[in-house]
Amino acid sequence: MLTRFCRKIRALPFAALLIFASVLPVMAGPFEDAVAKFANDEFTDTDEAIATITTSGNPRAYAIVSALQDGRLSADPDTKKVYITQSDGKNSDASTGAPVASIPDSAAPVRLNNRLRRTVEAALGALTLQSPDPAKRIQAAQSVFKAHDEAMLPAVDSALQKETNKSAKLAFSEARAAILLFKEDATDAEKLEAIATIKARGDQEALALLVGLSGEQPPAIARAAANATASIQSNLAMWSAVQNAWYGMSLGSVLLLAAIGLAITFGVMGVINMAHGEMVMIGAYVTFVVQETIRTSYPGLFDYSLLVAVPLAFIVAGAIGIVIERSIIRFLYGRPLETLLATWGLSLVLQQAVRTIFGPNNREVGNPSWMSGAFEIGQITITYNRLWILCFTLAVFALLLAMLRYTSLGLEMRAVTQNRRMAASMGIATSRVDALTFGLGSGIAGIAGVALSQIDNVSPNLGQSYIIDSFMVVVFGGVGNLWGTLVGAFTLGIANKFMEPVAGAVLGKIAILVLIIFFIQKRPRGLFALKGRAVEA
Amino acid sequence: MAHVLTRSLDRSATVFVFVVAALGVLIPLSNLLLPAGSPLQVPTYLVALFGKYACYAILALAIDLIWGYCGILSLGHGAFFALGGYAMGMYLMRQIGSRGVYGNPILPDFMVFLNYPKLPWYWNGFDMFWFAALMVILAPGLLAFCFGWLAFRSRVTGVYLSIITQAMTYALLLGFFRNDFGFGGNNGLTDFKDILGFNVQADGTRAALFALSCLGLITGFLICRAVVTSKLGKVLIAVRDAESRTRFLGYRVESYKLFVFTLSACMAGVAGALYVPQVGIINPSEFAPGNSIEAVIWVAVGGRGTLIGAALGAVLVNYAKTFFTSGSLAPYWLFMLGAMFILVTLLLPKGIIGTLNAWWEPWKAQRLTVAANVISAAREDGISESGMAE
Repeated sequence: MLTRFCRKIRALPFAALLIFASVLPVMAGPFEDAVAKFANDEFTDTDEAIATITTSGNPRAYAIVSALQDGRLSADPDTKKVYITQSDGKNSDASTGAPVASIPDSAAPVRLNNRLRRTVEAALGALTLQSPDPAKRIQAAQSVFKAHDEAMLPAVDSALQKETNKSAKLAFSEARAAILLFKEDATDAEKLEAIATIKARGDQEALALLVGLSGEQPPAIARAAANATASIQSNLAMWSAVQNAWYGMSLGSVLLLAAIGLAITFGVMGVINMAHGEMVMIGAYVTFVVQETIRTSYPGLFDYSLLVAVPLAFIVAGAIGIVIERSIIRFLYGRPLETLLATWGLSLVLQQAVRTIFGPNNREVGNPSWMSGAFEIGQITITYNRLWILCFTLAVFALLLAMLRYTSLGLEMRAVTQNRRMAASMGIATSRVDALTFGLGSGIAGIAGVALSQIDNVSPNLGQSYIIDSFMVVVFGGVGNLWGTLVGAFTLGIANKFMEPVAGAVLGKIAILVLIIFFIQKRPRGLFALKGRAVEA
Repeated sequence: MAHVLTRSLDRSATVFVFVVAALGVLIPLSNLLLPAGSPLQVPTYLVALFGKYACYAILALAIDLIWGYCGILSLGHGAFFALGGYAMGMYLMRQIGSRGVYGNPILPDFMVFLNYPKLPWYWNGFDMFWFAALMVILAPGLLAFCFGWLAFRSRVTGVYLSIITQAMTYALLLGFFRNDFGFGGNNGLTDFKDILGFNVQADGTRAALFALSCLGLITGFLICRAVVTSKLGKVLIAVRDAESRTRFLGYRVESYKLFVFTLSACMAGVAGALYVPQVGIINPSEFAPGNSIEAVIWVAVGGRGTLIGAALGAVLVNYAKTFFTSGSLAPYWLFMLGAMFILVTLLLPKGIIGTLNAWWEPWKAQRLTVAANVISAAREDGISESGMAE
């Protein structure tokens, strides 16, 4: 459909323009004459000069017209020389680009009036259409598409003729369609084809363009436009659902990462660790320290900073976790409410300690090059950092699952979860398992901190913002079952993002909290509850 | 009634009531009657500060009633406190009348600013003090009743209950931050002028509010004493120590819990209502989960399961907070507070008063040969030999 349309455009008789655009650069004379016209200080001459320069194809054209727009173009009426003052303060000859020591006193800036300013803008737009960089051409075509200014039609047509880049060509034909759609004297056939092209584009801007079409159209065109509008709208609704699902998955992965360590400590040991969020924060600060060290000592290795930070954060947070377990938590087993209070106190101490060492402000943690940027699928944009975090989360989850299933520590942990006393009487050193479990949970929180440092502010309050959400995930998913945590995190994430457009971000979150409170009434032990005697223990 | 009073007042409780009553009378008198600058005169800012402590002490009593005697650890009691405060704040806002910045006789300033066409329906009636006073008790009470009914009926207990109470106050925090909720958004309610026709800034009003807070503290204390020394209180302690066993004995555990939870929320609401005119502002940060947990530590420090300890803990911790945060020691306050959480739970699980009682008991037992007295005193102080575990 689209290619056929492009072929038709190619067949249209724009030969004159083609010649105009390709022959002019060879003849240097008219260009220099046109530049000299600026020195006449007459608005009509300036107008002609702009028109000639724009269509000349001369590589200096863009510099001259943009200098004109910014008032950096000055002309000497006596010598007919025209100069450009560059933004760095140096001067050059306008037509040759040769550096000039100083502009003579007799030269004065070339003046513009409002009509000319519009001409200059259009000329700049047309000149970017001819830019050698395809990305710039596409950008220019997009702005033409939005503005759909009739005056740009010849420039778009000539650019379309010359274009070889596939996506730039598409952008140009869309820009051309937008212009034709609003052109008074375009034929119905042209308009119908324009509508088809715009419909194929199918995004928000295409919709805005079609909706903006005034009512006085022939019935065939009005009908086609209405059809196209409806089709774009349903297409956009589908994409927005996909987008919500993606955002939800992304949020869910963050929640899962933050909650997974909590699920382990809470599930295996029945310990509510309110300082869990601070372990996440410590992981983020480890990333910061690693990046700072790399930045000062080995700047070339910056892209690998996260690969260093992940194991380091695991070790640091895990070690702190083991220390906490040995020094505080083990004295409080069997008293879950006291554990909750003590770990809350611990979280205050850790936060304040980090605030004292690193200062209360946000610390800058950079994205490595392979994590920055984004790509588009259809109408949605997917950023690489979110995608990496999703993959990373799933990898951590799989690793943890494998560890619980296939290692002896995992076996012991599961035994202690299911029946602590029986496990102890079978010879499992439960207190050692407890310490290692707490260390593991804290270490995973540290890893979560590395990932979260990529998308959130690294500040002493980083952990606090996740703690309530993480608890909700664990409580919702059920204790002692990692799959419950997985399902819980993604359910909450996706539900949150689907609620947001309907109720707003804050109300959506409140609704989720209220729903969880009601959900707990129905299933007090979460989605995937442990069954059997362990439950009452 | 007299019978309840005599039963619930042992010697230490009587001392507590008299001390609070004496402070409630003497501090306002010294503030109002003695000349400024006299060494015995209590400056007005201190009167307001002590008034704040008294309100915190009421909140601590409310928490101790459910945590110390029934084993329900609520991490959302700040929400009930703040709701009571908002009810009072709404009354005070309506009292501003046309003296606001925009001079609108009906709408508070923030509503004019946010282009409210008229007063939201839930603001009706708050121009009358009796209605606001009723709401101070009803709003937190109703929320606690609904929440507790849902939670206790489905046997949500222990840490699960703690976490969902925290989620509740967090949800309210997010809600009250919104401008379209009709409670002033993140600025909350402030710029109060009058309460019952008296200027809230005047020394006399402040002294009266302090005296009222002390009266509230005494009333709250007596109510709690009456509850915990009654038969009902014995069942509550049984629920705390062995919930399933109590249920098997035929008690409807959830009804007992619901009653005491609702009562406690009402008390917290009253504390909030007394607090707002003395500090002059109520904003959503009162709903912050951290505040509720901090209130729990007051109880833990003073002595969980001893009502006097709860009130004392609230005053002590808040005095320490004032002392630390107002000077150059401010950066260390959070270390202090955090250490308090850890050390109290590790080393002083009975709190100050509980530990003192534990020392006191053997000495008293030696002095008094009648062993029965000891047991009944221990029961009345709520120290059960089986420890605090739920």
